[in-house]
Amino acid sequence: MNIVVLSRLQFGLTSIYHFLFIPLTLGLSPLVAYMQTRYYQTKDETYHRMTKFWGKLLLINIAIGVVTGIVQEFQFGMNWSTYSRFVGDIFGAPLALESLMAFFLESTFIGVWIFGEGKIPDRIHLAAIWLVAIGATLSALWILFANAWMQHPVGYIINPVTGRAELTDFLAVIGNPKGWLFFWHTITAGFATASFFMIGISAYHLARQQFIEEFRRSLRMAVLVGLIASSMLFFSGHAQGQYVYETQPMKFAAIEAHWETSKPASFSILTIGDLSGKREVWSLRVPYLLSFLACNNFTCEVRGVNDLQTEYQAKYGPGDYIPLMVVTYWSFRIMMTMGLLMIFSSLFLLFALRRLIENAKWLRWMPWSIAMPYIANICGWVLAEMGRQPWIVQGLLTVEDGVTPNLTPEQVLLSLIVYALLYGALAVTMLYLTRKFAIAGPDSAMHESVDVAPAFSFSQEE
Amino acid sequence: MTNGFLPVVWFFLIAALWIGFFFLEGFDFGVGMLLPFLGQNDDERRAMINTIGPVWDGNEVWLITVITAMFAVFPNWYATMFSSFYLAMLLIVVGLIIRGVSFEYRSKDSRPGWRHRFDWMIATGSFLASFLFGILFSNLVEGVPIDQNMNYIGGPLGWLNPYGLIGGLTIVSVFLLHGANFLTLKLEGDLRERARAAARYLYIFAAIMVLVLAISTYFYTDITTKIGVDPGPLPVASVVVLLVTIYFINRKMEGWAFTMTGLNIILTQVAFFLLMFPRVMISSLNPSWSLTIYNASATSYSLAVMSIVSLIFIPIVMAYEGWSYYVFRKRVKVDKSHLLY
Repeated sequence: MNIVVLSRLQFGLTSIYHFLFIPLTLGLSPLVAYMQTRYYQTKDETYHRMTKFWGKLLLINIAIGVVTGIVQEFQFGMNWSTYSRFVGDIFGAPLALESLMAFFLESTFIGVWIFGEGKIPDRIHLAAIWLVAIGATLSALWILFANAWMQHPVGYIINPVTGRAELTDFLAVIGNPKGWLFFWHTITAGFATASFFMIGISAYHLARQQFIEEFRRSLRMAVLVGLIASSMLFFSGHAQGQYVYETQPMKFAAIEAHWETSKPASFSILTIGDLSGKREVWSLRVPYLLSFLACNNFTCEVRGVNDLQTEYQAKYGPGDYIPLMVVTYWSFRIMMTMGLLMIFSSLFLLFALRRLIENAKWLRWMPWSIAMPYIANICGWVLAEMGRQPWIVQGLLTVEDGVTPNLTPEQVLLSLIVYALLYGALAVTMLYLTRKFAIAGPDSAMHESVDVAPAFSFSQEE
Repeated sequence: MTNGFLPVVWFFLIAALWIGFFFLEGFDFGVGMLLPFLGQNDDERRAMINTIGPVWDGNEVWLITVITAMFAVFPNWYATMFSSFYLAMLLIVVGLIIRGVSFEYRSKDSRPGWRHRFDWMIATGSFLASFLFGILFSNLVEGVPIDQNMNYIGGPLGWLNPYGLIGGLTIVSVFLLHGANFLTLKLEGDLRERARAAARYLYIFAAIMVLVLAISTYFYTDITTKIGVDPGPLPVASVVVLLVTIYFINRKMEGWAFTMTGLNIILTQVAFFLLMFPRVMISSLNPSWSLTIYNASATSYSLAVMSIVSLIFIPIVMAYEGWSYYVFRKRVKVDKSHLLY
């Protein structure tokens, strides 16, 4: 394998892994802040216990999100130095501003929040968790501006001498519609993730008739937020799809495996293709839908991959500009399925919650619903990033040209293996702790030094 | 590529961020390395971690900030430095990851094996990051094989050389001493006295290493003949402040001892950046291939944007970080009911 393939594998692995933890932080930190606000206002001990319980799980999650974020800041320079030189003038600023505006805020006040309870006035302790939530949100905003520039570069010129991109309009970069669409979609995804995380764990306890008050309240909150967030995901996703059609038509066509330009265009729910993936054998289709997804109009023309490939070759020279279709096609459909399931399950729960549900058999199955947003989150980013291939910056630089020139495959293979092993061990530890504290319930979260029986040991050394 | 005033300003801002990082994270790396040796039982180790508990994460953001600021204002420096030292950077990242995660996770399970493992991960991670940063900065002074396109051609382990190792050990020794002084300052009782005793031994190690580094800098680098800005008496002063630390340790003036090790870190770094100026990475192959603040910098427009935003936000950050140090200024007791991590 060459350094491009290995570096891509490594970037994919470390970024997907990092983003497993980010949405929960984005969604759960404002929800925990809300719980603490309710406690501050009402002095109702149930809210206090909820804050501590969900706060504990939040902290376990944030820890991994923070440390795996360090890798991201290093690996642009380590593996993608040519890319870094090419985009540094533009791409570096949002990253630096993320550190300056978001990371300092988040890290300082998370320390204040953990260690400050009882030492500082309650309202400052409350402000600390809100500042953590604001820091997390700001961090998402800046990193999404950076990514949006890779999808849809704006506010730059290419310097004819150096061949590098140079910033000419900072306001265009932070006004990039792509960035705001990403932000809207990512934040709502964060709330949806936090909701189903809370729904799953609350259902677990309610099914066992324990900590009823805390978890009924948590469930109600989560269902409401979950319904709003997962519906918003549809709108923001739709808006984003149309912008993709406008700015990255090849990605849009690849989502549908839409080979030939057609007017109107139909959307396939399922397709069975031949082995080359370039010809369909059978498909289940909804007429007009793809036209609607592209331009809010049931009869507009949607350009196909073949036409776009010809067009790109004329524009950028000979080459293969078609993303890996099987990935874009299926990741989109899996994401959509999960999104629909989330809407339906939160609607169902909303009606079910009108009566007492502690005896319902299906509650025991609800913890599995936690998987839905996670699967959707992964698919969403795989789609966004693999749909841009072969570009690293759309239309300006290919992935192949962005890699560090003087690395050896052995070096990259070694780092890939190290990350895989390390991240594997972290995942095991993190899941173990999350499961343990989720199952133990609010009592164990009330003080840091309260001991809890390990989650998997029913007969072990303890 | 930009000439003029802004690259100079940003060179010193980046230098200030590195110095802040080494000064702050220096003591919490030191505390981390001392953890399994100085803390004799779980409560003592928890007390040690609690001395840095509320602040280590914020300290680490100094590193993230300086890295991203380098990316934004000196993209070529960032790209060359991080790709040159690929495997060293990997070890730093691994060190920072296992250390960061251990602070958060060690107290979340009470089995002794669990805590023991995380204690060693904190120590190993702190050591790896300190040692490798020492190696990297020594390599920056010494020069690295960079071609005319700013790309490194020195092989995967080119940075592993005698001067680099001396620099790595020196940083480790100074951070250990800095950490021991910090613990003496922040702890109470028996553990505090042991930290003080440890500082006496660590002083010998640090003093030897600092002298060895000073002498070998003279032999291994061109920095003494090809100076950027004359640092005047600063290099000598940095050695002197370290050597006088023992006076304050023996007189039980840990505040001053901590100030002296801190000053040593600051002065060494200031001298380093002054001597380098305006170079940021020295090519050992051809002096004209070196990276300077001019050929490595972003455009003046980009620098201006960064300058304006930083002017607004750096003071705000300094204010609330200072406030958080003020809030947690009290000494930490070895007492179960007060420990959080």
